[in-house]
Amino acid sequence: MTAVVILLSFTAVLALVLILGNLVAKGASSIDWAFFTKSPVPAGQTGGGVANAIMGTAIIVGLAALIGVPIGVGVGMYLAEYGSGRLGFMVRFIADVLNGTPSIVIGIVGWTFLVKPMGKFSALAGSVSLAILMIPMLARTTEEMVRLVPHSLREAALALGYPRWRTSLKIVARTALGGIVTGCLVGIARIAGETAPLLFTALGNLNFSLSIGQPMQTLSLQIYVYATGPFDEWHRLAWASALVLMGLVLVISIAARWVTRQRYGSVR
Amino acid sequence: MTSLPNLPIEGIPSGRPSTETRWQSLLGADRSDRIYRRILTGFALALPALILTLFGVLLVNALPALKRFGPAFLWTSTWDPVAEVYGAAPMIFGTMVSSFLALLLAVPLALSVAILLTEFAPRWLRQPVAFLVELLAAIPSVVYGTWGIFVLIPFLRAHVVPPLKAVFGWTPFLQGVFYGNSLLAGAIILAIMIVPYIAAVSREVLLAVPTSQREAALAMGATRWEAVRSAVLPYGRAGLMGAVILGLGRALGETMAVTMVIGNRHDIGVSVLQPAYTMAAAIANEFSEATTSMYLSALFEVGLILFVLTVIVNAIARILIWRVARGTAVGSRAL
Repeated sequence: MTAVVILLSFTAVLALVLILGNLVAKGASSIDWAFFTKSPVPAGQTGGGVANAIMGTAIIVGLAALIGVPIGVGVGMYLAEYGSGRLGFMVRFIADVLNGTPSIVIGIVGWTFLVKPMGKFSALAGSVSLAILMIPMLARTTEEMVRLVPHSLREAALALGYPRWRTSLKIVARTALGGIVTGCLVGIARIAGETAPLLFTALGNLNFSLSIGQPMQTLSLQIYVYATGPFDEWHRLAWASALVLMGLVLVISIAARWVTRQRYGSVR
Repeated sequence: MTSLPNLPIEGIPSGRPSTETRWQSLLGADRSDRIYRRILTGFALALPALILTLFGVLLVNALPALKRFGPAFLWTSTWDPVAEVYGAAPMIFGTMVSSFLALLLAVPLALSVAILLTEFAPRWLRQPVAFLVELLAAIPSVVYGTWGIFVLIPFLRAHVVPPLKAVFGWTPFLQGVFYGNSLLAGAIILAIMIVPYIAAVSREVLLAVPTSQREAALAMGATRWEAVRSAVLPYGRAGLMGAVILGLGRALGETMAVTMVIGNRHDIGVSVLQPAYTMAAAIANEFSEATTSMYLSALFEVGLILFVLTVIVNAIARILIWRVARGTAVGSRAL
């Protein structure tokens, strides 16, 4: 049986390693300077890059983090500090359930609130949808990280006469800061790869745009359009964009875990 | 530290800090503490508000379709925007079948990884592989989809479907010509996507099984595998079940990768080689084309069904996992 377990595990890891291998093999050759600095050319022509999509990803994800991080961390602090009651239990449960909610559903709700009334697709609507996706995730990781702070620290601060709120912010939150930052980075990595909630909010844009009130391209949307499109040139760019997006997500994820490697790596 | 005059406690003269008032202030009766608590509570209330808003928006927008088609929406398989007749049966069927096929493929693989990582692998290997699995769970869906279109489907066409058809071609499950985009491709992509997720959560469940359980079995003369089978797995059964159901929830709601390979055809067929449709894929494909308000409303109803389904599935999963690893955010690192 042990052999079967090893064999099956090997199969699972192999499939995933294959995907990474294919990405590098098919995407790396198309990545050059122009790829990062040029906007797309009209369909059928060769050349062009995804500068607009890279910029768009940065703006939309950055704005989403700006909205989502304070709320998510706030909820997490509540759960860690006051979450032992009935409300805490309910919020924790809802956060877990929302973590599994299909992102496309959040996309159409974002459309209802921010696209339909304004009459146009916008990067802002995309950011809000991504922020909604991020909040329950951050709430749970923040709570988990704050709970790792030893009780003795909290008790020491309280014994010295620190009020609870200052203990919470200055002692507990600061001690857990590395962990909270990790949670935020992992959350950002996750939403950076999201496509479904952006389909009807940020929509995508073939031109370079920096206005959050207008449709904006992201790497994920670009990959979707290019991979499902009919042109070989598009397919080439889709692979390259996928590699870049993948690299971005992996770098953020690895950096996130690096931040807390020493302190929390051994807990699990 | 305490500002006594502000304390709303009756009967305690100010300026004389009794032990009781000091205790009260530690409990959060201090005004700034109360404000702090209120602010955090405000944040916390955002989540219940959010889930109610999601449900409310979907429900309100789906109302016209709900009124017009009633429960028959669930088992009607016509989807005709021109005649304004909508039924979600093919999508519900496609969503269910693709997800269950994916589970069938993914569960043995994922559980093996989890067991290997907690029970058999040498210590130096555990942390790096667990880390790798968590990273793989972070690969964007659209990247899996791209891989599915350009690598998986050609591979299936060349090396998997012909031998399958040669051996099992007589069964109704392998009828018809294989063009690539199909239920089979969708299920395989889904399986690959949920393996890291189920593996990461199962691993955390198995880690929560007390060492004493293993030691007891080993002390009775069990081999390591017997200890796993007779002590560890039964102890973590509810949690493992939860991990699998959590994977199911992921698979049900997965959008991009499935949309890119499943073929997107409103049709119910038993052959896995034929194109199919899922609820999430239908919303992704048709939402921006929905020209009439009834069309849009029907898509919102599809979204509502999907939302309610995943909420139920996730709630069940969480309850099961909490039975083993109480209150912990299991799986939050795998995302």
